Amino acid sequence: MTTIDLGLPGIGGQTLVPRSETKLSPKDFKSDQEVRWCPGCGDYAVLAAVQGFMPRLGLRRENTVFISGIGCSSRFPYYMNTYGMHSIHGRAPAIATGLAVARPDLSVWVVTGDGDALSIGGNHLIHTLRRNVNLKILLFNNRIYGLTKGQYSPTSEPGKVTKSTPMGSVDAPFDPVSLALGAGATFVARVLDSDRAGLTDVLTAAAEHRGTSLVEIYQNCPIFNDGAFEVLRQPGERERRLIPLRHGQALRFGAEGEFGVVRTASGGLDTAKVAEVGEEALVVHDATLEDPSYAFALSRLSSQDLAHTVTGVFRSVSHPAYDDQVRAQTEQARSTTPADLQSLLAGKDTWTVVG
Amino acid sequence: MSGSDASLAATEQTERLERVVIRFAGDSGDGMQLTGDRFTSAAAAFGNDLATLPSFPAEIRAPQGSIAGVSSFQVHFADFDILTAGDRPDVLVAMNPAALKANLADLPPGGTVIVNTDEFTPRNLTRAGCAADPLEDGTLTSFQVHPVAMTTLTRGALADTGLSKKDAERAKNMFALGLLSWMYHRPTAGTERFLRQKFARKPEIAEANILAFRAGWNYGETTESFAVTFEVAPATALTPGTYRQITGNSALAYGIVAAGARSGLPVLLGSYPITPASDILHELSRHKNFGMTTVQAEDEIAAIGVALGASYGGALGVTTTSGPGLALKSETIGLAVMTELPLLVIDVQRGGPSTGLPTKTEQADLLQAMFGRNGESPVPVLAPATPADCFDTMLDAARIALTYRTPVLLLSDGHIANGSEPWLVPDASQLPDLTVEFATEPNAPDGSGGFWGYLRDPRTLARPWAVPGTPGLEHRIGGLEKADGTGDISYDADNHDRMVRLRQAKIDGITVPEAVPDDPSGRAEVLVVGWGSSYGPIGAAARRVRRAGHGVAHLHLRHLNPLPANLGEVLSRYERVVVPELNLGQLALLLRAKYLVDVLSYTKVAGLPFGAEELQGVFTDAIEGVRA
Repeated sequence: MTTIDLGLPGIGGQTLVPRSETKLSPKDFKSDQEVRWCPGCGDYAVLAAVQGFMPRLGLRRENTVFISGIGCSSRFPYYMNTYGMHSIHGRAPAIATGLAVARPDLSVWVVTGDGDALSIGGNHLIHTLRRNVNLKILLFNNRIYGLTKGQYSPTSEPGKVTKSTPMGSVDAPFDPVSLALGAGATFVARVLDSDRAGLTDVLTAAAEHRGTSLVEIYQNCPIFNDGAFEVLRQPGERERRLIPLRHGQALRFGAEGEFGVVRTASGGLDTAKVAEVGEEALVVHDATLEDPSYAFALSRLSSQDLAHTVTGVFRSVSHPAYDDQVRAQTEQARSTTPADLQSLLAGKDTWTVVG
Repeated sequence: MSGSDASLAATEQTERLERVVIRFAGDSGDGMQLTGDRFTSAAAAFGNDLATLPSFPAEIRAPQGSIAGVSSFQVHFADFDILTAGDRPDVLVAMNPAALKANLADLPPGGTVIVNTDEFTPRNLTRAGCAADPLEDGTLTSFQVHPVAMTTLTRGALADTGLSKKDAERAKNMFALGLLSWMYHRPTAGTERFLRQKFARKPEIAEANILAFRAGWNYGETTESFAVTFEVAPATALTPGTYRQITGNSALAYGIVAAGARSGLPVLLGSYPITPASDILHELSRHKNFGMTTVQAEDEIAAIGVALGASYGGALGVTTTSGPGLALKSETIGLAVMTELPLLVIDVQRGGPSTGLPTKTEQADLLQAMFGRNGESPVPVLAPATPADCFDTMLDAARIALTYRTPVLLLSDGHIANGSEPWLVPDASQLPDLTVEFATEPNAPDGSGGFWGYLRDPRTLARPWAVPGTPGLEHRIGGLEKADGTGDISYDADNHDRMVRLRQAKIDGITVPEAVPDDPSGRAEVLVVGWGSSYGPIGAAARRVRRAGHGVAHLHLRHLNPLPANLGEVLSRYERVVVPELNLGQLALLLRAKYLVDVLSYTKVAGLPFGAEELQGVFTDAIEGVRA
């Protein structure tokens, strides 16, 4: 595994969270609740990866909180033996914001889905990202509404036939990575549910990031949208479709590394055969670029038909976190102005009535 | 008689009054709210009892000179304890034709009108929709009219300041304030000090306003226009102690600060700007030194979400809004009911439905507060009676939220939010103790050493508040139905039935003071039941009825859910129960449904408080109806 060390200044995402004195194991993070996702659901793999990754963070279990909205993936907190809240549809980022502002000693994770985060909760998602609250958001994208039994979602491909679109969906989909970058996200990544090593790498980087980390996880729904990402797993297909991001390395893909990413004349990015453009033309990935247009151009290389899908950390830049700044203002006020309730209540203009 | 003799005579003739109601009215840009507020502060500093009623349009600047753009501020001050801002002004200060036209109907015959004649130009008369000049067409024959060229006089007074004509004319509201201050023997030092502070960065503007203020005063003293001045002595019947002037929104904000201090909890307010609640957000954001954190959220839903998240983390979560915002918060209030976390939800009601009348008052959110959620979702509901009462009601709401681990709804309204009155400043050390105990130990009765998140305190039926960071108590909560005790997800039918009844029983069992009607005669046959800001008009009307020799009892409910346990018995003691409300009978509906009492519902939804005279008639009719 290669943790991405971006050499950023300042405190890490979990610096203020107390560390566990004992060594925890994945088992310590399994709750006593029976997991009730459908057999074959991609959520199982993500749950196992998170439970496996948590002990490596080394934080106290009781200082870890998972907050979710509504949807299949939002059952996630029940299966984690940490603190957790299964809240209401789309609102998890808002609730988690309040918790993160009030409690700097907590590691706060949001679990959400494509419907929860991008449809009903779209407003909270973009505002959380622009504020850069110190939250880690795991967005499970299966391109379908599962819990309500199979309607198209804001990430479904145009033309998708579902129960609510018998003649095909006419909605244009969101690319969650593009959306997040447009909202000013400071950490954005994408990973496949079946890529355990990639998940662990990205989760580690997301956890270390101070501010909002958005991790989009392509997740298979075996009941209502089975095989949606299958071509990204198939040997022979995945190599020419997946474009993995590695900080500081040239962007190459293909079974033999025969493809790469190059700049276009108009300032965007495109794929090309290395043999035709030469190695020196390949773009070297830099997730720390302040200008988001590079990361955005990367996100546009992914297409809805999965001809290409970029995975890994698109952007990781250091900006002040909202909750840190809010607390800093409170601390400043506390240190400069005494909290004298009696004088506050009396104000500046009083008069006395004598009995 | 020479002019100087006349002016001397005029200043010598002073009439003593018990009470006066003055209404300042002008264009939105004329500074009427500031003028009224300064006059109020001077009355407060002088020791009068007082009550105010600001009224302004929803538009920040409606077309200049139009009826829609009229802004007014009514202040009632007296030498005894008063309950309302007054039904009708004794004095109307009209800064332009629109202000005169919009307010004249409220003035009783013989009332005093002071008009700024400079603004009665053909253009302004047209803007106000006046076919003829009301100063000349006989409209004002039944009033005492004082025409004053305020704009000209102000400009003249500021001629040497070097200010532009436009800037000089803007000080005309201070001229009006100076004139009224002279008429009513008001102290002036406070206003001059205030102006110097307000315009500290623009000393030339401060001096211009002070010059205009003095010019108004001097105009009264040196001209013959005003034969009489008036004195209203300090109020002496008030409870001895230190007083200040306070608005309802400020009192709510201070109540929140005090709740934080007395509970020892950090406070987090999540709020989205909305009229007329935004001032609570503004006020609290200035008190970070008290551990107040304010988050201006992206919308109403996020605002309450942020507050609930903070409560989950062991803070006191608060959200403030008005009616349309409360509608948006419904689902999250339901989540707070289900997760049984403390949360304070403040609704400063305004005219509805929908966007309605943002700057006008109404009491029409009671049923929304009671029932505006899916499922059986009981929530305690409290309503303050006056601006000062907002402070105590806020602390009471915090007591309930923290003791019973429940969201609590507090229903203020536009009238008490912006209205002000004297407040006997409380001793901070004597405020209620709101200390809470978080869960720290596993509690499972099965000996497993685990933690049951829904094991209840048998006394209050509250569940433990186990905040993240507490080792050994890791548990999950959420909106799905919980198994009684363990708090695990449960779809069991009998368990759901039990949990619905338990949540209801918890709210029904909240300790609420007994209902004690105010009936000085002890023989009243008619009981008036009110809630919220109608306290003043109902109380004032009851006094009038009693002075006329009738008995009437007044019961004002702070607690609307649960209602006082003895309320049914109290209602049954009277021949007739009258319920005046600024809605179409929402409390009346609840009382009828719960107690099978045939209450007489009297309602008004005009965006304004009841008048005391109006209610006097209603109560008298009810009393005569009982006797008939």
